[in-house]
Amino acid sequence: MEQFSGKIWVLGDDIDTDIIMPTEYLALKTIDDMRPYAFSPLRPELAGRICPGDIIVAGKNFGCGSSREQAPEVIKALGIRCVIASSYARIFFRNAINNGLLLIENSEIQKAVKEGDEIEVHVGEYILHDGVKYPVSSLPQNLLDILDAGGLVKAMQRLNGIV
Amino acid sequence: MGMTIAEKIVALAAGVPEAKAGDIHTVELDYLMSNDGTTHLTVDMYNSLKHPRIADKNKLVWIVDHNVPCDSPKTAASQKKMRDFAKLNGITFYEGEGVCHQVMAEKYVCPGQLIFGADSHTCTYGALGAFGTGVGCTDYLYGMVTGKSWVLVPETLRFVLTGELSHGVTARDLILTIIGKIGANGANYKAMEFTGPAMKTLSMSDRLSICNLCVEAGAKTALMEVDEITLEYLAQHGGRTPKACFTSDPDAVFAAEYEINLSEVVPVTAKPHFVDNIAPVSECADVAIDEAFLGSCNNGRLEDLRLAAEIIRGRKVAPKVRFLVVPASREVYNAALKEGLLNVFMEAGAIVMNPNCSVCWGSCQGVIGEGEVLVSTGTRNFKGRAGDKNSFVYLASAATVTASAIAGKITQAF
Repeated sequence: MEQFSGKIWVLGDDIDTDIIMPTEYLALKTIDDMRPYAFSPLRPELAGRICPGDIIVAGKNFGCGSSREQAPEVIKALGIRCVIASSYARIFFRNAINNGLLLIENSEIQKAVKEGDEIEVHVGEYILHDGVKYPVSSLPQNLLDILDAGGLVKAMQRLNGIV
Repeated sequence: MGMTIAEKIVALAAGVPEAKAGDIHTVELDYLMSNDGTTHLTVDMYNSLKHPRIADKNKLVWIVDHNVPCDSPKTAASQKKMRDFAKLNGITFYEGEGVCHQVMAEKYVCPGQLIFGADSHTCTYGALGAFGTGVGCTDYLYGMVTGKSWVLVPETLRFVLTGELSHGVTARDLILTIIGKIGANGANYKAMEFTGPAMKTLSMSDRLSICNLCVEAGAKTALMEVDEITLEYLAQHGGRTPKACFTSDPDAVFAAEYEINLSEVVPVTAKPHFVDNIAPVSECADVAIDEAFLGSCNNGRLEDLRLAAEIIRGRKVAPKVRFLVVPASREVYNAALKEGLLNVFMEAGAIVMNPNCSVCWGSCQGVIGEGEVLVSTGTRNFKGRAGDKNSFVYLASAATVTASAIAGKITQAF
Protein backbone atom coordinates (compact mmCIF):
# COMPACT_ATOMS: atom_id res chain seq x y z
CA MET A 1 0.00 0.00 0.00
CA GLU A 2 0.99 3.56 -0.72
CA GLN A 3 2.58 5.56 2.09
CA PHE A 4 3.73 9.13 2.52
CA SER A 5 4.45 11.62 5.25
CA GLY A 6 3.67 15.31 5.56
CA LYS A 7 3.26 18.33 7.75
CA ILE A 8 -0.23 18.98 9.05
CA TRP A 9 -2.55 21.96 9.24
CA VAL A 10 -5.26 21.68 11.88
CA LEU A 11 -8.82 22.90 11.25
CA GLY A 12 -11.98 22.50 13.35
CA ASP A 13 -15.48 21.06 12.91
CA ASP A 14 -17.97 21.94 10.15
CA ILE A 15 -15.45 23.42 7.70
CA ASP A 16 -17.99 24.38 5.02
CA THR A 17 -17.54 24.83 1.29
CA ASP A 18 -17.99 28.62 1.60
CA ILE A 19 -14.92 28.67 3.83
CA ILE A 20 -12.96 26.37 1.53
CA MET A 21 -13.85 28.47 -1.53
CA PRO A 22 -15.90 31.63 -0.94
CA THR A 23 -18.68 32.44 -3.39
CA GLU A 24 -17.15 35.71 -4.60
CA TYR A 25 -14.20 33.91 -6.20
CA LEU A 26 -16.13 31.07 -7.89
CA ALA A 27 -16.37 32.89 -11.20
CA LEU A 28 -12.60 33.27 -11.52
CA LYS A 29 -11.42 31.55 -14.66
CA THR A 30 -9.19 28.82 -13.29
CA ILE A 31 -8.63 26.92 -10.07
CA ASP A 32 -5.14 28.45 -9.93
CA ASP A 33 -6.74 31.91 -9.87
CA MET A 34 -8.89 30.79 -6.91
CA ARG A 35 -6.02 29.21 -4.98
CA PRO A 36 -4.94 32.26 -2.94
CA TYR A 37 -8.46 32.63 -1.53
CA ALA A 38 -8.93 29.08 -0.22
CA PHE A 39 -9.99 29.05 3.44
CA SER A 40 -9.79 32.88 3.47
CA PRO A 41 -12.89 33.59 5.62
CA LEU A 42 -11.37 31.46 8.37
CA ARG A 43 -7.62 31.82 7.88
CA PRO A 44 -6.60 34.27 5.16
CA GLU A 45 -2.91 33.36 5.55
CA LEU A 46 -3.38 29.63 5.12
CA ALA A 47 -3.41 29.29 1.33
CA GLY A 48 -0.09 31.11 1.08
CA ARG A 49 1.56 28.88 3.65
CA ILE A 50 0.41 25.44 2.55
CA CYS A 51 3.15 23.55 0.71
CA PRO A 52 2.73 20.65 -1.69
CA GLY A 53 2.57 17.41 0.27
CA ASP A 54 0.98 18.97 3.37
CA ILE A 55 -1.97 17.31 5.06
CA ILE A 56 -5.14 18.80 6.57
CA VAL A 57 -6.52 17.37 9.81
CA ALA A 58 -10.05 18.50 10.65
CA GLY A 59 -13.04 17.60 12.81
CA LYS A 60 -16.53 16.47 11.94
CA ASN A 61 -18.64 17.27 8.87
CA PHE A 62 -15.77 18.54 6.71
CA GLY A 63 -17.01 19.99 3.41
CA CYS A 64 -20.61 20.62 4.49
CA GLY A 65 -22.65 23.05 2.43
CA SER A 66 -22.86 23.54 -1.28
CA SER A 67 -22.05 21.13 -4.08
CA ARG A 68 -19.40 23.44 -5.57
CA GLU A 69 -16.67 21.21 -6.92
CA GLN A 70 -14.20 24.07 -6.71
CA ALA A 71 -13.88 23.14 -3.01
CA PRO A 72 -12.07 19.80 -3.40
CA GLU A 73 -10.40 21.06 -6.57
CA VAL A 74 -8.78 23.99 -4.81
CA ILE A 75 -7.58 21.82 -1.93
CA LYS A 76 -5.93 19.58 -4.49
CA ALA A 77 -4.51 22.57 -6.36
CA LEU A 78 -2.86 23.75 -3.13
CA GLY A 79 -0.95 20.49 -3.17
CA ILE A 80 -2.67 19.00 -0.12
CA ARG A 81 -1.80 15.30 -0.18
CA CYS A 82 -4.86 14.18 1.76
CA VAL A 83 -7.49 15.35 4.24
CA ILE A 84 -8.02 13.49 7.51
CA ALA A 85 -11.32 14.32 9.24
CA SER A 86 -13.67 12.73 11.77
CA SER A 87 -16.41 12.77 9.13
CA TYR A 88 -17.27 14.30 5.76
CA ALA A 89 -20.40 15.80 4.28
CA ARG A 90 -21.79 13.50 1.60
CA ILE A 91 -21.60 15.68 -1.50
CA PHE A 92 -18.05 16.79 -0.69
CA PHE A 93 -16.96 13.18 -0.18
CA ARG A 94 -18.14 12.23 -3.65
CA ASN A 95 -16.73 15.36 -5.26
CA ALA A 96 -13.34 14.82 -3.62
CA ILE A 97 -13.03 11.27 -4.92
CA ASN A 98 -14.23 12.41 -8.36
CA ASN A 99 -11.42 14.98 -8.39
CA GLY A 100 -8.74 12.63 -7.16
CA LEU A 101 -8.43 14.06 -3.63
CA LEU A 102 -7.75 11.38 -1.00
CA LEU A 103 -9.97 11.57 2.10
CA ILE A 104 -9.29 9.57 5.24
CA GLU A 105 -11.73 9.18 8.10
CA ASN A 106 -10.39 9.05 11.65
CA SER A 107 -11.81 10.69 14.76
CA GLU A 108 -9.02 9.99 17.27
CA ILE A 109 -5.96 11.68 15.86
CA GLN A 110 -7.43 15.19 16.31
CA LYS A 111 -6.94 14.89 20.08
CA ALA A 112 -3.21 14.18 19.78
CA VAL A 113 -1.90 16.38 16.98
CA LYS A 114 -0.93 20.02 16.82
CA GLU A 115 -0.33 22.15 13.78
CA GLY A 116 3.05 21.64 12.19
CA ASP A 117 3.43 18.03 13.37
CA GLU A 118 4.68 15.47 10.90
CA ILE A 119 2.55 12.39 10.34
CA GLU A 120 2.98 9.28 8.26
CA VAL A 121 0.02 7.94 6.29
CA HIS A 122 -0.20 4.31 5.23
CA VAL A 123 -3.21 4.42 2.91
CA GLY A 124 -5.91 1.96 3.89
CA GLU A 125 -3.96 0.83 6.99
CA TYR A 126 -2.98 3.40 9.58
CA ILE A 127 -1.68 6.88 10.36
CA LEU A 128 1.50 7.18 12.45
CA HIS A 129 1.95 10.17 14.76
CA ASP A 130 4.44 10.44 17.59
CA GLY A 131 4.86 6.66 17.69
CA VAL A 132 1.12 6.00 17.90
CA LYS A 133 -0.75 4.16 15.14
CA TYR A 134 -4.29 5.27 14.29
CA PRO A 135 -6.10 2.63 12.23
CA VAL A 136 -7.98 3.75 9.13
CA SER A 137 -10.32 1.75 6.95
CA SER A 138 -9.49 0.94 3.36
CA LEU A 139 -11.34 2.36 0.38
CA PRO A 140 -12.85 -0.06 -2.15
CA GLN A 141 -10.71 -0.76 -5.21
CA ASN A 142 -12.93 1.14 -7.66
CA LEU A 143 -12.55 4.35 -5.63
CA LEU A 144 -8.79 3.78 -5.35
CA ASP A 145 -8.68 3.43 -9.14
CA ILE A 146 -10.44 6.79 -9.52
CA LEU A 147 -8.01 8.43 -7.06
CA ASP A 148 -5.05 6.84 -8.79
CA ALA A 149 -6.13 8.21 -12.16
CA GLY A 150 -6.59 11.69 -10.68
CA GLY A 151 -10.39 11.77 -10.79
CA LEU A 152 -13.48 10.22 -12.33
CA VAL A 153 -13.15 11.75 -15.80
CA LYS A 154 -9.52 10.68 -16.08
CA ALA A 155 -10.37 7.22 -14.73
CA MET A 156 -13.05 6.76 -17.39
CA GLN A 157 -10.64 7.93 -20.08
CA ARG A 158 -8.06 5.46 -18.83
CA LEU A 159 -10.65 2.67 -18.59
CA ASN A 160 -12.17 2.71 -22.04
CA GLY A 161 -11.41 5.90 -23.85
CA ILE A 162 -15.13 6.32 -24.50
CA VAL A 163 -15.81 9.34 -22.37
CA MET B 1 -38.58 -7.29 4.04
CA GLY B 2 -40.42 -4.01 3.66
CA MET B 3 -38.88 -1.02 1.95
CA THR B 4 -38.72 2.70 2.66
CA ILE B 5 -39.75 5.30 0.06
CA ALA B 6 -36.05 5.94 -0.68
CA GLU B 7 -35.42 2.22 -1.25
CA LYS B 8 -38.46 1.92 -3.52
CA ILE B 9 -37.46 4.86 -5.70
CA VAL B 10 -33.90 3.58 -6.11
CA ALA B 11 -35.19 0.07 -6.93
CA LEU B 12 -37.50 1.50 -9.59
CA ALA B 13 -34.71 3.61 -11.12
CA ALA B 14 -32.34 0.62 -11.06
CA GLY B 15 -34.91 -1.74 -12.56
CA VAL B 16 -34.62 -4.21 -9.68
CA PRO B 17 -37.40 -5.63 -7.49
CA GLU B 18 -35.75 -4.71 -4.22
CA ALA B 19 -33.19 -2.27 -2.84
CA LYS B 20 -32.04 -1.91 0.71
CA ALA B 21 -29.98 0.65 2.61
CA GLY B 22 -26.26 0.11 2.04
CA ASP B 23 -26.69 -1.40 -1.45
CA ILE B 24 -25.09 0.37 -4.37
CA HIS B 25 -27.18 0.47 -7.55
CA THR B 26 -26.70 1.84 -11.02
CA VAL B 27 -29.75 3.95 -11.73
CA GLU B 28 -31.37 5.59 -14.72
CA LEU B 29 -31.82 9.28 -13.95
CA ASP B 30 -35.14 11.01 -14.68
CA TYR B 31 -33.79 14.57 -14.79
CA LEU B 32 -30.44 16.27 -14.46
CA MET B 33 -30.73 19.89 -13.33
CA SER B 34 -27.78 22.28 -13.43
CA ASN B 35 -27.42 26.02 -12.75
CA ASP B 36 -24.92 28.78 -13.42
CA GLY B 37 -23.03 28.03 -10.20
CA THR B 38 -21.05 25.24 -11.87
CA THR B 39 -22.37 24.48 -15.39
CA HIS B 40 -19.43 26.28 -17.05
CA LEU B 41 -17.15 23.69 -15.38
CA THR B 42 -19.32 20.85 -16.70
CA VAL B 43 -19.12 22.34 -20.20
CA ASP B 44 -15.32 22.60 -19.98
CA MET B 45 -15.02 18.97 -18.88
CA TYR B 46 -17.48 17.84 -21.56
CA ASN B 47 -15.44 19.60 -24.22
CA SER B 48 -12.28 17.85 -23.01
CA LEU B 49 -13.78 14.39 -23.63
CA LYS B 50 -12.54 12.33 -26.52
CA HIS B 51 -16.01 11.33 -27.74
CA PRO B 52 -18.51 13.64 -26.07
CA ARG B 53 -22.18 12.80 -26.31
CA ILE B 54 -25.37 13.49 -24.38
CA ALA B 55 -27.38 10.40 -23.45
CA ASP B 56 -30.77 12.16 -23.58
CA LYS B 57 -30.98 15.93 -23.93
CA ASN B 58 -34.63 15.88 -22.84
CA LYS B 59 -33.53 14.94 -19.34
CA LEU B 60 -31.33 18.00 -18.96
CA VAL B 61 -32.73 21.23 -17.49
CA TRP B 62 -30.33 24.17 -17.23
CA ILE B 63 -31.31 27.20 -15.19
CA VAL B 64 -29.44 30.46 -14.71
CA ASP B 65 -30.44 31.69 -11.26
CA HIS B 66 -27.35 32.45 -9.17
CA ASN B 67 -26.36 35.73 -10.88
CA VAL B 68 -29.41 37.22 -12.59
CA PRO B 69 -28.94 39.62 -14.22
CA CYS B 70 -25.17 39.26 -14.60
CA ASP B 71 -23.09 41.41 -12.32
CA SER B 72 -19.66 41.23 -13.94
CA PRO B 73 -17.87 40.33 -17.18
CA LYS B 74 -16.71 37.13 -15.43
CA THR B 75 -20.22 35.86 -14.70
CA ALA B 76 -21.37 37.04 -18.14
CA ALA B 77 -18.67 34.87 -19.70
CA SER B 78 -19.57 31.81 -17.67
CA GLN B 79 -23.29 32.22 -18.43
CA LYS B 80 -22.57 32.76 -22.12
CA LYS B 81 -20.68 29.49 -22.18
CA MET B 82 -23.69 27.76 -20.62
CA ARG B 83 -26.23 29.49 -22.89
CA ASP B 84 -24.29 28.81 -26.10
CA PHE B 85 -23.80 25.15 -25.20
CA ALA B 86 -27.50 24.71 -24.35
CA LYS B 87 -28.54 26.25 -27.65
CA LEU B 88 -26.07 24.19 -29.67
CA ASN B 89 -27.19 20.94 -28.04
CA GLY B 90 -30.94 21.59 -27.72
CA ILE B 91 -30.92 21.61 -23.92
CA THR B 92 -33.89 23.15 -22.07
CA PHE B 93 -32.64 26.48 -20.77
CA TYR B 94 -34.11 29.13 -18.48
CA GLU B 95 -32.86 32.46 -17.27
CA GLY B 96 -34.84 34.96 -15.26
CA GLU B 97 -37.44 32.28 -14.60
CA GLY B 98 -36.58 31.82 -10.94
CA VAL B 99 -34.49 29.88 -8.46
CA CYS B 100 -33.73 26.48 -9.98
CA HIS B 101 -35.47 24.32 -7.38
CA GLN B 102 -38.65 26.38 -7.47
CA VAL B 103 -38.67 26.21 -11.28
CA MET B 104 -38.11 22.44 -11.15
CA ALA B 105 -41.00 22.04 -8.66
CA GLU B 106 -43.32 24.17 -10.78
CA LYS B 107 -42.52 22.56 -14.14
CA TYR B 108 -40.79 19.17 -13.94
CA VAL B 109 -40.53 17.11 -10.77
CA CYS B 110 -42.90 14.14 -10.56
CA PRO B 111 -43.43 11.68 -7.71
CA GLY B 112 -41.29 8.55 -7.89
CA GLN B 113 -38.53 10.14 -9.97
CA LEU B 114 -34.83 10.06 -9.21
CA ILE B 115 -33.24 13.41 -10.02
CA PHE B 116 -29.66 14.66 -9.84
CA GLY B 117 -29.08 18.37 -9.46
CA ALA B 118 -25.70 20.08 -9.49
CA ASP B 119 -26.79 22.00 -6.42
CA SER B 120 -26.97 20.86 -2.82
CA HIS B 121 -30.60 21.88 -2.28
CA THR B 122 -31.88 19.38 -4.87
CA CYS B 123 -33.36 17.48 -1.89
CA THR B 124 -36.25 19.99 -2.20
CA TYR B 125 -37.98 17.63 -4.66
CA GLY B 126 -38.94 15.25 -1.85
CA ALA B 127 -41.93 17.52 -1.25
CA LEU B 128 -43.33 16.03 -4.45
CA GLY B 129 -42.38 12.46 -3.55
CA ALA B 130 -39.24 12.46 -5.72
CA PHE B 131 -35.71 11.44 -4.73
CA GLY B 132 -33.65 14.54 -5.50
CA THR B 133 -30.01 14.69 -4.55
CA GLY B 134 -27.19 17.17 -5.02
CA VAL B 135 -24.03 16.24 -6.89
CA GLY B 136 -20.91 17.98 -8.12
CA CYS B 137 -20.25 18.79 -11.74
CA THR B 138 -18.16 15.65 -12.38
CA ASP B 139 -20.98 13.36 -11.25
CA TYR B 140 -23.31 15.56 -13.28
CA LEU B 141 -21.15 15.14 -16.38
CA TYR B 142 -21.14 11.37 -15.94
CA GLY B 143 -24.95 11.36 -15.73
CA MET B 144 -25.23 13.71 -18.69
CA VAL B 145 -23.02 11.49 -20.88
CA THR B 146 -24.34 8.08 -19.79
CA GLY B 147 -27.86 8.88 -18.54
CA LYS B 148 -26.96 6.88 -15.45
CA SER B 149 -25.08 7.05 -12.21
CA TRP B 150 -24.48 4.96 -9.11
CA VAL B 151 -26.15 5.60 -5.78
CA LEU B 152 -25.60 4.21 -2.35
CA VAL B 153 -29.10 3.49 -1.03
CA PRO B 154 -29.46 5.69 2.07
CA GLU B 155 -30.76 4.70 5.44
CA THR B 156 -33.86 6.67 6.43
CA LEU B 157 -34.53 8.84 9.44
CA ARG B 158 -38.28 9.05 9.88
CA PHE B 159 -40.00 12.07 11.33
CA VAL B 160 -43.58 11.50 12.45
CA LEU B 161 -45.27 14.89 12.59
CA THR B 162 -48.25 15.39 14.89
CA GLY B 163 -50.25 18.40 16.09
CA GLU B 164 -50.40 21.68 14.23
CA LEU B 165 -48.17 24.76 13.97
CA SER B 166 -49.38 27.69 16.06
CA HIS B 167 -50.28 31.00 14.43
CA GLY B 168 -47.13 32.81 13.38
CA VAL B 169 -44.99 29.66 13.51
CA THR B 170 -43.94 28.41 10.08
CA ALA B 171 -42.65 25.28 8.40
CA ARG B 172 -39.25 26.96 8.36
CA ASP B 173 -39.28 27.20 12.15
CA LEU B 174 -40.13 23.49 12.18
CA ILE B 175 -37.25 22.36 9.95
CA LEU B 176 -34.76 24.66 11.69
CA THR B 177 -35.89 23.17 15.00
CA ILE B 178 -35.36 19.65 13.62
CA ILE B 179 -31.87 20.55 12.33
CA GLY B 180 -31.04 22.02 15.75
CA LYS B 181 -32.17 18.75 17.31
CA ILE B 182 -30.22 16.33 15.11
CA GLY B 183 -27.26 18.60 14.20
CA ALA B 184 -25.61 19.75 10.98
CA ASN B 185 -24.47 16.23 10.15
CA GLY B 186 -27.28 14.41 11.97
CA ALA B 187 -28.63 13.00 8.72
CA ASN B 188 -25.32 12.66 6.84
CA TYR B 189 -25.70 10.21 3.93
CA LYS B 190 -29.29 9.50 5.06
CA ALA B 191 -32.77 10.21 3.75
CA MET B 192 -35.14 12.25 5.93
CA GLU B 193 -38.73 11.06 5.54
CA PHE B 194 -41.65 13.06 6.87
CA THR B 195 -44.99 11.48 7.64
CA GLY B 196 -47.78 11.55 10.22
CA PRO B 197 -51.16 13.14 10.82
CA ALA B 198 -49.78 16.70 10.67
CA MET B 199 -48.81 16.32 7.00
CA LYS B 200 -52.33 17.27 5.92
CA THR B 201 -51.87 20.64 7.65
CA LEU B 202 -48.75 21.44 5.61
CA SER B 203 -49.16 23.10 2.22
CA MET B 204 -46.90 22.40 -0.77
CA SER B 205 -45.09 25.63 0.05
CA ASP B 206 -44.45 24.35 3.59
CA ARG B 207 -43.33 20.98 2.29
CA LEU B 208 -40.86 22.44 -0.19
CA SER B 209 -39.43 24.59 2.59
CA ILE B 210 -38.99 21.58 4.89
CA CYS B 211 -37.39 19.29 2.31
CA ASN B 212 -35.16 22.07 0.94
CA LEU B 213 -33.30 22.56 4.20
CA CYS B 214 -32.65 18.86 4.90
CA VAL B 215 -29.20 19.06 3.29
CA GLU B 216 -28.27 21.41 6.14
CA ALA B 217 -28.52 18.34 8.36
CA GLY B 218 -26.34 16.51 5.83
CA ALA B 219 -29.20 14.55 4.27
CA LYS B 220 -28.76 12.90 0.89
CA THR B 221 -32.42 13.41 0.14
CA ALA B 222 -35.74 14.23 1.77
CA LEU B 223 -38.99 12.42 1.08
CA MET B 224 -42.71 12.83 1.66
CA GLU B 225 -45.68 10.68 0.72
CA VAL B 226 -47.91 11.71 -2.17
CA ASP B 227 -51.40 12.83 -1.08
CA GLU B 228 -54.25 15.06 -2.28
CA ILE B 229 -52.14 18.17 -1.70
CA THR B 230 -49.38 16.79 -3.95
CA LEU B 231 -51.79 15.71 -6.67
CA GLU B 232 -53.59 19.05 -6.63
CA TYR B 233 -50.25 20.88 -6.99
CA LEU B 234 -49.29 18.68 -9.95
CA ALA B 235 -52.71 19.24 -11.55
CA GLN B 236 -52.33 23.01 -11.19
CA HIS B 237 -48.83 22.91 -12.61
CA GLY B 238 -49.10 21.46 -16.07
CA GLY B 239 -51.19 18.42 -15.16
CA ARG B 240 -48.15 16.25 -14.54
CA THR B 241 -48.67 12.60 -13.72
CA PRO B 242 -46.65 10.68 -11.13
CA LYS B 243 -44.09 8.10 -12.20
CA ALA B 244 -44.96 6.23 -8.97
CA CYS B 245 -46.48 7.10 -5.61
CA PHE B 246 -44.70 5.35 -2.77
CA THR B 247 -45.15 5.01 0.95
CA SER B 248 -42.79 3.18 3.29
CA ASP B 249 -43.93 -0.34 4.16
CA PRO B 250 -45.05 -1.00 7.75
CA ASP B 251 -42.09 -3.36 8.21
CA ALA B 252 -39.56 -1.08 6.53
CA VAL B 253 -36.37 -0.52 8.54
CA PHE B 254 -35.57 3.02 9.72
CA ALA B 255 -32.25 4.15 11.19
CA ALA B 256 -34.19 6.19 13.73
CA GLU B 257 -37.69 7.53 14.25
CA TYR B 258 -38.59 10.87 15.84
CA GLU B 259 -42.01 12.17 16.82
CA ILE B 260 -42.32 15.92 16.50
CA ASN B 261 -45.35 17.71 17.92
CA LEU B 262 -45.82 20.79 15.75
CA SER B 263 -47.77 22.63 18.42
CA GLU B 264 -44.58 22.72 20.54
CA VAL B 265 -42.52 24.46 17.84
CA VAL B 266 -41.75 28.13 18.46
CA PRO B 267 -40.25 30.79 16.13
CA VAL B 268 -36.51 30.14 16.00
CA THR B 269 -33.39 31.53 14.41
CA ALA B 270 -30.14 29.87 13.37
CA LYS B 271 -27.45 32.12 14.78
CA PRO B 272 -24.06 32.70 13.11
CA HIS B 273 -22.25 30.75 11.77
CA PHE B 274 -23.95 27.34 11.78
CA VAL B 275 -27.39 26.21 10.64
CA ASP B 276 -27.75 23.98 13.71
CA ASN B 277 -26.99 26.86 16.10
CA ILE B 278 -30.68 27.25 16.93
CA ALA B 279 -32.25 29.54 19.52
CA PRO B 280 -35.78 30.87 20.06
CA VAL B 281 -36.24 34.25 18.35
CA SER B 282 -37.17 35.67 21.75
CA GLU B 283 -33.59 35.07 22.96
CA CYS B 284 -32.10 37.19 20.15
CA ALA B 285 -34.49 40.10 20.51
CA ASP B 286 -31.80 42.74 21.00
CA VAL B 287 -29.70 41.95 17.93
CA ALA B 288 -29.71 45.05 15.68
CA ILE B 289 -29.81 44.33 11.93
CA ASP B 290 -28.55 46.11 8.82
CA GLU B 291 -30.41 44.08 6.24
CA ALA B 292 -33.35 41.68 5.98
CA PHE B 293 -33.83 39.20 3.14
CA LEU B 294 -37.07 37.50 2.12
CA GLY B 295 -36.56 35.05 -0.71
CA SER B 296 -34.59 31.95 -1.87
CA CYS B 297 -35.54 28.38 -2.71
CA ASN B 298 -36.33 27.96 0.96
CA ASN B 299 -38.77 30.78 1.58
CA GLY B 300 -39.53 32.93 -1.46
CA ARG B 301 -42.91 31.47 -2.34
CA LEU B 302 -46.32 33.12 -2.55
CA GLU B 303 -47.39 32.04 0.95
CA ASP B 304 -44.22 33.56 2.40
CA LEU B 305 -44.88 36.83 0.58
CA ARG B 306 -48.50 36.83 1.77
CA LEU B 307 -47.42 36.32 5.35
CA ALA B 308 -44.81 39.07 5.07
CA ALA B 309 -47.27 41.47 3.41
CA GLU B 310 -49.79 40.86 6.17
CA ILE B 311 -47.16 41.93 8.71
CA ILE B 312 -45.76 44.97 6.88
CA ARG B 313 -48.93 46.37 5.29
CA GLY B 314 -49.24 50.05 6.19
CA ARG B 315 -45.94 50.02 8.10
CA LYS B 316 -42.38 51.02 7.19
CA VAL B 317 -38.99 49.39 7.01
CA ALA B 318 -36.80 50.73 9.83
CA PRO B 319 -34.50 53.64 8.93
CA LYS B 320 -31.06 52.53 7.70
CA VAL B 321 -32.28 48.94 7.19
CA ARG B 322 -32.41 47.42 3.69
CA PHE B 323 -35.28 44.96 3.19
CA LEU B 324 -34.80 42.82 0.08
CA VAL B 325 -37.87 40.99 -1.20
CA VAL B 326 -37.05 38.46 -3.91
CA PRO B 327 -39.87 36.18 -5.17
CA ALA B 328 -38.53 32.69 -5.90
CA SER B 329 -39.85 32.48 -9.46
CA ARG B 330 -41.61 34.32 -12.26
CA GLU B 331 -44.80 32.46 -11.33
CA VAL B 332 -44.52 33.64 -7.73
CA TYR B 333 -43.64 37.18 -8.83
CA ASN B 334 -46.61 37.39 -11.20
CA ALA B 335 -49.03 36.01 -8.62
CA ALA B 336 -47.72 38.44 -5.99
CA LEU B 337 -48.06 41.27 -8.49
CA LYS B 338 -51.67 40.36 -9.26
CA GLU B 339 -52.53 40.09 -5.57
CA GLY B 340 -51.09 43.54 -4.92
CA LEU B 341 -48.41 42.20 -2.56
CA LEU B 342 -45.46 43.81 -4.31
CA ASN B 343 -47.10 47.23 -3.84
CA VAL B 344 -47.27 46.61 -0.14
CA PHE B 345 -43.53 45.96 0.01
CA MET B 346 -42.61 48.90 -2.19
CA GLU B 347 -44.80 51.28 -0.19
CA ALA B 348 -43.18 50.04 3.01
CA GLY B 349 -39.75 50.97 1.65
CA ALA B 350 -38.55 47.49 0.71
CA ILE B 351 -36.45 46.73 -2.36
CA VAL B 352 -38.33 44.26 -4.57
CA MET B 353 -36.06 42.35 -6.93
CA ASN B 354 -36.31 39.96 -9.85
CA PRO B 355 -36.45 36.21 -9.07
CA ASN B 356 -32.94 34.85 -8.38
CA CYS B 357 -30.78 33.40 -5.60
CA SER B 358 -29.80 36.90 -4.44
CA VAL B 359 -27.89 37.37 -1.18
CA CYS B 360 -28.63 33.79 -0.07
CA TRP B 361 -25.52 32.75 -1.92
CA GLY B 362 -23.54 35.90 -1.21
CA SER B 363 -23.00 37.18 -4.69
CA CYS B 364 -24.85 39.32 -7.20
CA GLN B 365 -27.19 41.35 -4.97
CA GLY B 366 -27.43 42.70 -1.47
CA VAL B 367 -24.18 41.35 -0.06
CA ILE B 368 -23.36 42.72 3.36
CA GLY B 369 -20.25 44.52 4.54
CA GLU B 370 -17.82 44.10 7.40
CA GLY B 371 -19.53 43.74 10.77
CA GLU B 372 -23.02 43.92 9.29
CA VAL B 373 -25.93 41.74 10.37
CA LEU B 374 -28.39 40.10 8.00
CA VAL B 375 -31.59 38.36 9.05
CA SER B 376 -32.48 36.03 6.23
CA THR B 377 -34.88 33.42 4.93
CA GLY B 378 -31.97 32.03 2.91
CA THR B 379 -30.50 28.60 3.28
CA ARG B 380 -27.17 29.12 5.03
CA ASN B 381 -25.47 31.31 7.62
CA PHE B 382 -21.88 30.17 7.20
CA LYS B 383 -19.09 32.64 7.93
CA GLY B 384 -18.84 34.97 4.94
CA ARG B 385 -21.79 33.33 3.16
CA ALA B 386 -23.62 36.61 2.52
CA GLY B 387 -20.68 38.89 1.86
CA ASP B 388 -17.77 40.05 4.00
CA LYS B 389 -16.04 37.33 5.96
CA ASN B 390 -16.61 39.31 9.13
CA SER B 391 -20.38 39.62 8.82
CA PHE B 392 -23.24 37.83 10.54
CA VAL B 393 -26.26 35.96 9.21
CA TYR B 394 -29.27 34.92 11.28
CA LEU B 395 -31.66 32.52 9.53
CA ALA B 396 -35.33 32.90 10.36
CA SER B 397 -38.85 32.63 8.94
CA ALA B 398 -40.58 35.07 6.58
CA ALA B 399 -42.57 36.33 9.56
CA THR B 400 -39.50 36.95 11.74
CA VAL B 401 -37.52 38.52 8.89
CA THR B 402 -40.34 40.94 8.07
CA ALA B 403 -41.01 41.91 11.68
CA SER B 404 -37.25 42.43 12.11
CA ALA B 405 -37.08 44.66 9.02
CA ILE B 406 -39.74 46.89 10.59
CA ALA B 407 -38.19 46.96 14.06
CA GLY B 408 -34.56 47.22 12.94
CA LYS B 409 -33.66 44.37 15.26
CA ILE B 410 -34.47 40.69 15.47
CA THR B 411 -38.12 40.52 16.38
CA GLN B 412 -40.78 37.86 16.74
CA ALA B 413 -43.75 38.73 14.54
CA PHE B 414 -46.65 37.37 16.55
